[in-house]
Amino acid sequence: MAEAHDFRVVGTRPVRPDGADKVTGRAQYGADMNLPNMIYGKVLRSPHAHALIKSIDASKALAMDGVYAVITGDDFPTVGGGALGGEGGGSMDGLAQNIMARGKVRYHGHAVAAVAAKSLSVADAALAAIEVEYEKLEVVLDVLKAMEPDAVLIDENCFTSGLPEKPEKPSNVAGVMTLARGDLDEGFAQADVIIENEHVLPMAHQGYIEPHACTASVNEEGFATVWASSQGHFELRGQVATLTGKGISQVKFVPLEIGGGFGGKTKVYLEPLAVMLSEKSGRPVKMMMTREEVFRATGPTSGTVARVKVGAKNDGTITAAQLWLAMEAGGFSGAPHMPAAMAVFAPYDLENFKVETFDVLVNKPAVAAYRAPGAPQSMHAMEVALNELAITLNMDPIDLRMKNAADEGTQAPYGPKFPVIGFKQCLEAAKKHPNYTKPVPEGAGRGVAAGFWFNIGQQSSAEVHINDDGTVQVVEGSPDIGGSRASMCIMAAETLGVPYEAVRTIIGDTESTGFCNVTGGSRTTFATGLAVVRACEDVIASCKARAAATWGVDEDQVEWQDGQAVPAPGVNADVKPLKLADLAAKAHKTGGPIMGKASLNAQGAGASFAVNIVDLGIDRDTGKVDVLSYTAIQDAGIAIHPSYVEGQYQGGAVQGIGWALNEEYIFNADGVMENAGFLDYRIPVASDLPMIDTQIIEVPNPSHPFGVRGVGETGIVAPLAACTNAARDALGFLVRDLPLSPPRVLAAIDQQGA
Amino acid sequence: MHFNDRLLPLTGGVRQADVAAENYRDLLRALEARWPGLGEALEDSSVAVDGQIYQDAWLEPIGADSEVHFLPRIEGG
Repeated sequence: MAEAHDFRVVGTRPVRPDGADKVTGRAQYGADMNLPNMIYGKVLRSPHAHALIKSIDASKALAMDGVYAVITGDDFPTVGGGALGGEGGGSMDGLAQNIMARGKVRYHGHAVAAVAAKSLSVADAALAAIEVEYEKLEVVLDVLKAMEPDAVLIDENCFTSGLPEKPEKPSNVAGVMTLARGDLDEGFAQADVIIENEHVLPMAHQGYIEPHACTASVNEEGFATVWASSQGHFELRGQVATLTGKGISQVKFVPLEIGGGFGGKTKVYLEPLAVMLSEKSGRPVKMMMTREEVFRATGPTSGTVARVKVGAKNDGTITAAQLWLAMEAGGFSGAPHMPAAMAVFAPYDLENFKVETFDVLVNKPAVAAYRAPGAPQSMHAMEVALNELAITLNMDPIDLRMKNAADEGTQAPYGPKFPVIGFKQCLEAAKKHPNYTKPVPEGAGRGVAAGFWFNIGQQSSAEVHINDDGTVQVVEGSPDIGGSRASMCIMAAETLGVPYEAVRTIIGDTESTGFCNVTGGSRTTFATGLAVVRACEDVIASCKARAAATWGVDEDQVEWQDGQAVPAPGVNADVKPLKLADLAAKAHKTGGPIMGKASLNAQGAGASFAVNIVDLGIDRDTGKVDVLSYTAIQDAGIAIHPSYVEGQYQGGAVQGIGWALNEEYIFNADGVMENAGFLDYRIPVASDLPMIDTQIIEVPNPSHPFGVRGVGETGIVAPLAACTNAARDALGFLVRDLPLSPPRVLAAIDQQGA
Repeated sequence: MHFNDRLLPLTGGVRQADVAAENYRDLLRALEARWPGLGEALEDSSVAVDGQIYQDAWLEPIGADSEVHFLPRIEGG
């Protein structure tokens, strides 16, 4: 548990303000919006994974009673190719073609048309009445085959980026990234031990519980209002505006509660379709995905092939490391190969390394961001190799990592020197943790792995309004995914010097508050929290000015202490301190309502490191793997609300465990996903797992007034390798590929026995 | 100034250079003047100044001895 330090509210664990609404059903999620005269939209999806669209005939659907509108790719404007996300998040042009195919389908489930009808059943019937003529093309599913020079092209206009010269011919390799330092050959020549592995990891989905859903209403002037859950209504408003050919001021986006996103709700799928259908039909249109649609047509994360080579001296010093990583992008470019490259060796101080990563088109769903995009895949390879090194060198795996650990001043593999970071503190805590010092249960195995994520700042805005009674209203624009309302209330209460219970935080829509980037990159508590703190400081400045005017002293003769204005030391004023409530009650006499505001582009988000420990038991007759204990240790900077920080560690661990042990997209030869439901795509449920133990390490980030580091993403990185390493310990041999599902583990046991 | 592999085609293979600038915006202008196209290419990059990573930070001061690295923009999930 984190210490409360010198803070009054930061570090406490108050009840979350949105909890009761969420557990009683009062909270409004994406599918909960209903409007008068509302009709329903549904999407016709491609039955083929790769095909040309020769024609679409919707005349029979449009003639049906109760059908109001049909749209296809022809209804949408052509957009430019501006970047969606900087680290390989794809392009706006790709997004436009992903939400509605234009002449070609690139994966099974790709949207081809959409209808709006008086009921869902009529909409289904209308979809069935649309006639689409396809010309099937060869399906490209294997990422290595997709990279071959003579592979069938998924996009004839795809020329590899990141090369010194633009290639003469298009290919399925959309992007390449290379990072290198030192002399790789010399480094391996110095090594006493070299480990080499190849790992295949499957495509996996974020698995958020709430399927995508939205309602849109376009009025006679063409002004669109969209109600939907997302990770960032301002950025999605921009996407909707671009994709529908509207100006940003013609779109209002109202955020509803979000039932999980994990990166997958940072871009639009249904929203532009609902706007177009509403514009055509003149009625509000609601659209909701089924779980099957979520699996088939929204962004999973990349399946990968990783080739890793690591050399070390007998004392454990790493002399060279190399990674080659091919990442599936799906039908459109955007695999997170750049952060994968930058993250893989980040925890370590390396003189010689080379990383090559590839963004590769395949006929699978277009990938989207997923919690620390790219890092779980790349770091799995490195962290497993380190475990093999430790075994070969007969070293403790934590000691091996400590010997090579990055620290303040270490030149990160992606360029700059690290400012103060907490990796060594995480390793020290892991080495001493009771779950590491206790004996490994008989027949079980123990694994250790490290995790890392950069974290980001970006733009946030906040306003703070003081009510007549001195209570506080915070308005900001970052959707609350992991308890951020409570964190904002805590930071406002700490800054203003008022009780937590006196503060309420609301998430404003795009017309009610200032711009905020998406809730992603583990940025919200850091960046929007910073905006809230600055807005509170604006309030304090106003309060000090009002107190000075009330007392007849200069503003610099007033200080703010413990939630009240007091005369500065040495100021001879016979006055009674003025609390926030006192000032608020007289605000009408001192200039009007008290409010503060801030808008900023937060810089200096501190990186977060983690170390995880897991004990796995393996049934050698069935191959079933059970998690016996799991420990997530991670640097939070300073934990604003420790329970939510622990929740992020636990959530990240559970998602990583799911990816490690069971989750995978299974495609048939035609590119059809065969397990598009939670019965067959097995995410962990509560009964599958023990309580995830957590330990918060606090190495404050000097760029935040309370020392915050983002914690949302790092937690998913280490579990993949930690589980692989634990299975290695239990079985006595390495199973390289994921998931460690019963069929794979049993086959490995059988093969080993043979 | 340190340039990563992705930028080498624009710098003619130069990996490291000294550039005088008071802030990030000035730096981009100076780089564009020296290597036409580079400043524009870096508009959407992240930059690390003395180890601290910044995004879209035109006004961020750069000291005379600051170490500057460019890296792909980092987003996240």
